[in-house]
Amino acid sequence: MRPEQGTMQSRAMAMAALLELLTDQPVIICNGFPSREAYKIADRPTHFYMIGSMGNAPAIALGVALAKPNKQVVVFDGDGNVLMGMGTLATVGALKPKNFIHVVFDNEVYGTTGNQPTISNVVPLEKVAKAAGYVNVERVREREDLVYEFTDMLKKDGPNMLLVKVNEMVEDVGRVMIDPPDITKRFMKAIQ
Amino acid sequence: MIESDAFVQALQDIGVDFFTGVPDSILGGIIAELMERHLYTPAVREDEAVAMAAGAYMAGKIPAVLMQNSGLDTSLNALISLNMIYCQPCILIVSWRGYQGKDAPEHLVMGEVMPQFLDTMKIPHRTLSEKTAIDDLKWLAETFMKQRIPVALLITKGVVRGLHP
Repeated sequence: MRPEQGTMQSRAMAMAALLELLTDQPVIICNGFPSREAYKIADRPTHFYMIGSMGNAPAIALGVALAKPNKQVVVFDGDGNVLMGMGTLATVGALKPKNFIHVVFDNEVYGTTGNQPTISNVVPLEKVAKAAGYVNVERVREREDLVYEFTDMLKKDGPNMLLVKVNEMVEDVGRVMIDPPDITKRFMKAIQ
Repeated sequence: MIESDAFVQALQDIGVDFFTGVPDSILGGIIAELMERHLYTPAVREDEAVAMAAGAYMAGKIPAVLMQNSGLDTSLNALISLNMIYCQPCILIVSWRGYQGKDAPEHLVMGEVMPQFLDTMKIPHRTLSEKTAIDDLKWLAETFMKQRIPVALLITKGVVRGLHP
């Protein structure tokens, strides 16, 4: 059964809960529906919304984290994305940036292209991250666990991964209505 | 032949302050020098290096990515759907394997089409030579600042001192 039996929370619900806990931290959001949902829930200049370059969200965030070691950097990622750029788990695990929080919304499907299954139902991505050298990893399903663990990770040295099991529901959202060069400019100014 | 330390110093002098990439034998001397100076962040794939450089750029750095030309193929999607679309410049230091058809079989196809490939992708490029090196680096910095897209400096074998002379 997909997604994991009993997963009630949608990605948008989980994302909204996390965005409530964030203020001015840089957030790199992967391509597809995650960026569109974050844009609708709470558009902030500290958000970098991706279109394309699938699999590269944590690498972008790593570049920011290494260049700005005093800023906590957050990635909103998906299971299909992590599987595509799995090597970056190793790079992050080896470099061990303390200011790095990797959130993976795991719905076990490629949701943006029509819910084709990924393989995250049999490959526990947070265990891969742990084996690669992430310091703290947690797997959560319920909203209260999500809020508790994320709040905790905001206080802990990373790299951290929070894997959130979510269902396949997507919000009724349009595209991000900011031109990509303006997303770059706005983000750069906001994280200066 | 250009010495690796002089080449790295020249890159630092034009402002480059974030170096990542995936190794190649032609770039061996440069990477060794960067590691000696604690300036190099190793990546596991070229598209990862390009994305890391993009993040560093947005955080205020001037990034360079070192790679073999086969890495251009691997990183093409990131170069287009990240750097080009989002106007994020990046200096690409690319070794030209398969130059003039003299290399292992896996390098010959890409080696032959390098300039046309970069022209098609609209990535400005120059090939480094000892004679024009100062001008090449100046052009690199100017193109980076002006065009805000990836710009490539191609390096053929024997132009910058490698690990195995």
